[in-house]
Amino acid sequence: MQTLSNADLRVDPSTGQPPFLVIDNVSKVYPTPTGSYVVLEGISLTVREGEFVCVIGHSGCGKSTLLDMVSGFRQPTEGQVWLESQPITQPGPDRMVVFQNYSLLPWKTAFENIYLGVHSVFPDKSKAEKEAITREHLEMVGLLESAHKKPGQLSGGMKQRVCIARALALRPKVLILDEPFGALDPITREELQEELLKIWAEHQVTVLMITHDIDEALLLSDRLVMMTNGPAATIGEILDIPFPRPRNRSRVMESPLYYELRNHALDFLYRRFAHDDVE
Amino acid sequence: MATNINTNVRSAYAPNWNEKVNKVVRRTVPTLVAVIIVLAIWQLLCSGPDATLPGPLQVLEDTWDPLIIDPFFQGEGTDQGLFWQIAASLKRVAMGYALAAVVGISLGVLIGVSTLMFDALDPIFQVLRTVPPLAWLPISLAAMRDSQPAAIFVIFITAIWPIIINTGVGVQNIPQDYNNVAKVLQLSKIQYFTNVLLPATVPYIFTGLKIAIGLSWLAIVAAEMLTGGVGIGFFIWDAYNSGNISEVILAILYVGLVGLLLDKLISFIATLVVPNEMS
Repeated sequence: MQTLSNADLRVDPSTGQPPFLVIDNVSKVYPTPTGSYVVLEGISLTVREGEFVCVIGHSGCGKSTLLDMVSGFRQPTEGQVWLESQPITQPGPDRMVVFQNYSLLPWKTAFENIYLGVHSVFPDKSKAEKEAITREHLEMVGLLESAHKKPGQLSGGMKQRVCIARALALRPKVLILDEPFGALDPITREELQEELLKIWAEHQVTVLMITHDIDEALLLSDRLVMMTNGPAATIGEILDIPFPRPRNRSRVMESPLYYELRNHALDFLYRRFAHDDVE
Repeated sequence: MATNINTNVRSAYAPNWNEKVNKVVRRTVPTLVAVIIVLAIWQLLCSGPDATLPGPLQVLEDTWDPLIIDPFFQGEGTDQGLFWQIAASLKRVAMGYALAAVVGISLGVLIGVSTLMFDALDPIFQVLRTVPPLAWLPISLAAMRDSQPAAIFVIFITAIWPIIINTGVGVQNIPQDYNNVAKVLQLSKIQYFTNVLLPATVPYIFTGLKIAIGLSWLAIVAAEMLTGGVGIGFFIWDAYNSGNISEVILAILYVGLVGLLLDKLISFIATLVVPNEMS
């Protein structure tokens, strides 16, 4: 049994429950021929159930590594990630990942891509039930008519919708998004941001999302985690985003607080932790 | 109404059809011209009084009756029409090749998924694949003590290497994204094999199968020269021994055409089996 180094894992007095997702003093070190390379050092973060958390930081600061340790693709060198008091040791459908490059199987239709996951995760459900789940989630992202198209016939935005539908069809406890809209054009990106907000509100799923876009983070998240630069990156600051929900882009942007938060984040990223090669 | 549709159809398709005919003509005319030039040079080179080989006209005259006009001739022993000679060779190729495909794909998947197996077996494969097909014949004859299975074994051992190596490379090149998806969805081994590994590897497998069919056809002609019996290889050797060079030349032409058809056949099967990512 692991010893818990952090008080975070104790029962939260306000809910009487142990905290939902705990990243407990996590470090990631890679051995290299010239000595060890510390990617992340001493990261601690507690996420409430149903919370929307965005992670922002310069390229190479280890954001993806951090989320890989939540999804279970990588193991921390030190520390541990806990989900509902269970240590995370491997990838699983309770922490679904939406990758930036879509990662749909190109030889399967949108429907089949989602169905494959549903079939694997709910083997006891009947075929009709599994098909119903698949259809329901295609409908959720507005792609029921494109159900029988293959990814090659879908636009980037549509592919990412299918990925989100696939992820949510498996009823994950945590949805992990690694720059999901980074490759999309600005208009599609805004559409998908709004769709994600709506879906998140309906599903009440906990979201961890990496982004490069401060405006995106301000619109979507409850808290914005800002990372310092690597090597040995850590959490520099956590910004609370207190805009009331349900949010709407124009109302959020009209708030005077929006620019205060935005300037604060910009100041963090481009002055206090400016990247060496940023002009 | 009906005439209306008719004219519409004609106007829509007629130019398209014309274009296709044009394209075929544009591509076949140079081929025909080249063939005529080659035949003319051949005729010229072999028209001298001390030419050792017959010219094309001589070949045609010598082999027209009965070889060309009666390919289905059935006589005693190896005295068979060219159709039966080629059919006998194709039968051997089919057996050796089919066996090589089954064993080759299996071994290829094995070295593709397991680095241990790759490290263990790949060096052996790399050495054995450079052995010329006919070098296998003596050992094969010694082991089987019969020319028929020995010839089939030579086809098998010739065809198997490109199949193993291409399949292995295909498995190793499965995009990491697809493997990550399989991990998150916790696909079972069988689900992973049928939904991810096989569709992702099929194009590579067919590259191997295509190289292998060419090598098999090369090897069977050589092997049959040594093993004897009905078959196009022994037919060539037999014709040479009886001084019928025209028959040798005709048989070589047929060998070339059949080889081309085999290649086209595998390409055609590939278009049916390789997953289409656009429709």
